[in-house]
Amino acid sequence: MTAVIDFQGVTRRDGDLVRLDALDLEVSEGEVLALLGHNGAGKTTTMHLILGLLSPSEGRVAVLGGAPDGAHAETLRRRLGYLPENVSFYAQLSGREVLDYFARLKRVDRGQVDELLDRVGLGHAARRRVKTYSKGMRQRLGLAQALLGDPRLLLLDEPTTGLDPAATRDFYDTVRGLRERGCTVLLSSHVLPGVEPYIDRALILGGGRRLALGSLDDLRQLAALPLTVRARGRSAEADLTHWDDPRIAATAVNGHEVALSVPPDAKLAVLRRLTGTAGVEDIELLPPTLEHLYTHFSAGLSPEQRGDAQ
Amino acid sequence: MNAILTIAGKEFRDGLRNRWVLAIALVLAFLAVGIAWFGAAASGGLGFTSLATTLVSLATLAVFLIPLIALLLAYDAVVGEQEAGTLLLLLTYPISRTQLLLGKFLGHGLILGAATALGFGVAGGVIAVGAEGVPLGELAAGMGLLIGSSILLGWVFIAFAYLISVWVTEKARAAGLALVVWFLFVLVFDLGLLALLVSVKQGGDWLPWLLLLNPIECFRLINLAGFEAARDYSGLTSIAEGGAFRPAVVTTILVAWVLVPLGLALLRFRRRAA
Repeated sequence: MTAVIDFQGVTRRDGDLVRLDALDLEVSEGEVLALLGHNGAGKTTTMHLILGLLSPSEGRVAVLGGAPDGAHAETLRRRLGYLPENVSFYAQLSGREVLDYFARLKRVDRGQVDELLDRVGLGHAARRRVKTYSKGMRQRLGLAQALLGDPRLLLLDEPTTGLDPAATRDFYDTVRGLRERGCTVLLSSHVLPGVEPYIDRALILGGGRRLALGSLDDLRQLAALPLTVRARGRSAEADLTHWDDPRIAATAVNGHEVALSVPPDAKLAVLRRLTGTAGVEDIELLPPTLEHLYTHFSAGLSPEQRGDAQ
Repeated sequence: MNAILTIAGKEFRDGLRNRWVLAIALVLAFLAVGIAWFGAAASGGLGFTSLATTLVSLATLAVFLIPLIALLLAYDAVVGEQEAGTLLLLLTYPISRTQLLLGKFLGHGLILGAATALGFGVAGGVIAVGAEGVPLGELAAGMGLLIGSSILLGWVFIAFAYLISVWVTEKARAAGLALVVWFLFVLVFDLGLLALLVSVKQGGDWLPWLLLLNPIECFRLINLAGFEAARDYSGLTSIAEGGAFRPAVVTTILVAWVLVPLGLALLRFRRRAA
């Protein structure tokens, strides 16, 4: 399968500031990739390079088989959808008029407009002016705009900022539906717990460099972070605080519960002993979350790299 | 071309929605009728005086108002969309920056054109109906010239507003610069020229040419010099006499005053980073 997005040693400099440092990245068709990183890590720069809004200082960018900042841009731009981070649409126009305007500019069938509004749940508010919309409705209008013309590639910059949990779930369900139709999705987010179930791979950026890239399982293996095992029972505390393996740390939680920090390779040994221990009533396994992984991978950064460099 | 029309249509609809068209037309009509009616106030009377005085007064009104309206209408054309985030989005659409800016110019130009024609048109109608003994042919010609040149003057300042709008990154700064531009062209230029006129003792043949450096003086030249009866009231522009200042030539120069800043704005917009 050919790569939808192909970055080879891409560097982008603005004066002395290195926004992106020799990034290699390949995204294949139908994949959902999350771009993670602190402010100024290079997430938005990466998106702008894909969109052709910026040109690389060094290296080569190819999107859907061509450079996005050259002659290929015209065809490319009709086949991709983009939702910028902070966008407030024309408040004087109705949701339907806004979408109709963008549909004309993208030269796609304007019959899609009503269908898309229904799909993002704005059908009932289509004739209301955008200034009466809530933050969530505006964000959904933005998504509808990005979906115009059935794009092959979708770029969503912080799509769930300001959305409540239910709206966030709806949003990601739409993304999942798109992936099933073969659309490639790139989304950046710093709301980590939300994105986990919906992504195939994550790219963790820091200070313009690639810190890690892979599926959640890959990243867990790479990081080899301990997982947490919680055991609950009447006499749990007394029996389970001592372990032969020095890497296992046990903390008593509240009288009848013990939290164990366990390296991945010792997981089964621990579980065996727990199931064999009389008095243990419940066992809970908590693998490291994306948040833990993110903290782990960005731990090596100096404070100024982690700061809010713009 | 289609994209240009789409953008122009959206801008025009915006203008109708936020009542720019209505507001401009009302202000112009109201002030114009007022000027026509109280034209004799200076000489202690009330009512319509003469067509010439009225047209001169209306042209003076246009000199102050039209540039201000045009600048206010268009100063945020680019920087406003930039602050809203829609500019970034539009730049990822299959349209060129030239199309975007020209579409906006067409839209804003139409808003100003429609509002000016409506406002001054209503005033002309009121004069035709209300005032006695006005030669209708002359009135129509005078008002037509006034409306046409006002629209052209408005476009000049829309182009200036775009030049400001593509140059700055904050809306507030664009608004401030727009006011500075208005102040320079409408007030300071006249004062400077007057001072120069007084201080140059002899051989000031080149002075009239300086008038062409200001689109507002071009507008005055078209209206005051172009209209026979207004000659007595032409004030500063009376230093300009002769072939090179015929209305047709001056109109061409005014058109150049639209094209040059618009061209510069286009150049700047195409070159700058997103």
